[in-house]
Amino acid sequence: MERRTLPGRLTWQRGEVVATEQETARAQSITLALPTWMGHRAGQHVDVRLTAEDGYQAERSYSIASPPEEQPRVTLTVERLDDGEVSPYLTDELRVGDKLELRGPIGGYFVWEASMGGPLLLVAGGSGIVPLMAMLRHRAAVGSTVATRLLYSSRSYADIIYRDELERLDEADQMLEVVHTLTRVQPPGWTDYHRRIDTDMLREVAWPSDQHPLMYICGPTPFVETAAASLVTLGHEPARIKTERFGPTGEA
Amino acid sequence: MSEGFISRAFRGRRQQGDVAGRLPPGQYLERGFPVLSAGPTPHTPLERWDFSIVGNVKEPKRWTWQELLAFPHETPTVDISCVTKWTKFDTHWEGVSVETLLQQVEYDPNVARYVIAFSDGGYTTNLPLADVLGGKAWVAFSYEGQPLAPEHGGPARLLVPHLYFWKSAKWVRGLRLVDHDEPGFWESLGYHNYGDPWKEERYQGD
Amino acid sequence: MMENKLDGNAAAGTLQAIFPFEMTLVQATCAGCGTTNALGATAAYMHGMGTIVRCPVCDTELIRVAHVKGRYFLDMRGVRVLQISAEA
Repeated sequence: MERRTLPGRLTWQRGEVVATEQETARAQSITLALPTWMGHRAGQHVDVRLTAEDGYQAERSYSIASPPEEQPRVTLTVERLDDGEVSPYLTDELRVGDKLELRGPIGGYFVWEASMGGPLLLVAGGSGIVPLMAMLRHRAAVGSTVATRLLYSSRSYADIIYRDELERLDEADQMLEVVHTLTRVQPPGWTDYHRRIDTDMLREVAWPSDQHPLMYICGPTPFVETAAASLVTLGHEPARIKTERFGPTGEA
Repeated sequence: MSEGFISRAFRGRRQQGDVAGRLPPGQYLERGFPVLSAGPTPHTPLERWDFSIVGNVKEPKRWTWQELLAFPHETPTVDISCVTKWTKFDTHWEGVSVETLLQQVEYDPNVARYVIAFSDGGYTTNLPLADVLGGKAWVAFSYEGQPLAPEHGGPARLLVPHLYFWKSAKWVRGLRLVDHDEPGFWESLGYHNYGDPWKEERYQGD
Repeated sequence: MMENKLDGNAAAGTLQAIFPFEMTLVQATCAGCGTTNALGATAAYMHGMGTIVRCPVCDTELIRVAHVKGRYFLDMRGVRVLQISAEA
């Protein structure tokens, strides 16, 4: 495993927005060019800071969606919260050519790289898919054959972030399985799950505990706590479950 | 460093408006009621809850929930200001004045010059005794006509609106009278020992 | 429940602005209950006044941080022992 020496304390750096892409009605990806970026590992996040003319500042954390293989480009996927202070600025106002202040990469605990092996279970709720997508993109970029399952909970078909890319990855890779559950409304002919995740669903999707999978759960806090508790009920080792709670509303 | 860095067109969610004179310096008007928790929300059942006055008193006193409610209630309407820069105007509370409770114990105000408010979960904050007398402080259990919600400090919190709101200790369980000031939870971590919003006393050294 | 409680990983940005190494992998022994946990596995309460990292077993405050006027105020009384990898 390649280890990276941290260059001292984390400081703020400025990136330039080079691309934006609407993923769903509420989620947008923002790609930044970061001249002083030292690279990252899949699962890590950045802290973004906005500064108004009078000096007022607001900070939020966002997971990195792009894999390390795309550095020094870094992509964030931001879900717009109607009463958010930062996310509406990032999704509605920010445009190509603007500068954005951030620090990172942050968080060596919630990371996965191919050398860590598997089997790998990823459980995503809503915008919790973002850091797990970085892991899947990294896995594809290095040609890893680690057995992987993603259980992804969204409100509706239209809310599935990276839907087409996930379908392509799923079809192209025998060792990857993507399972969706849509909790509010399903399109006609929908055959995947259509309820909130629970122990029964995880029993069907997750590996048996004697396979000792590595498990990553990300999403709103209640979602993460339900999923983690269910996996422990199914006999999985708590030490192999890593969680990233996004807070009650999803904006960390 | 963000020397001179400005995010184009970012204004945050602060509102300007015709409220300038009433807002303490550096504050903005907030319509919601933000919750800032430093730890898990306590849930002490009312039948086990009590409020005590201890320390430099002749005899410590303790009241159960029912006994606290039996004291005269007051319904202060006050502006509240948080050190994180939000202010709410005209918040409506119901509670028992701290002065009423302190009248139930004997102490020497020349000795017991400070109080430490202590709460479930271990939170503390310190105040001069004079700042909880004279109609300036309450043990409050209703907010906007409803029982105080747990995330806002229910069943009861201290209410000291003339100081930054971190002094209005949530989940308060008592006051300890002391002769030497003891910095509380935030006061020992860089925040101002007194906290007057009108003098913008946010941090140590302000 | 409206607590602003996140995983210890969320406090990593603040901690790494202070300590020049990967803090979420650091193991902290709780002064309250004696259990040892990676800081990434703790509970972090973060809001405008500061960051409080708590033991996932007993809720004792492990680390308290406030960023005040260009200084970090750091209280680590809740940590009995820190284990930090000597390798870069």
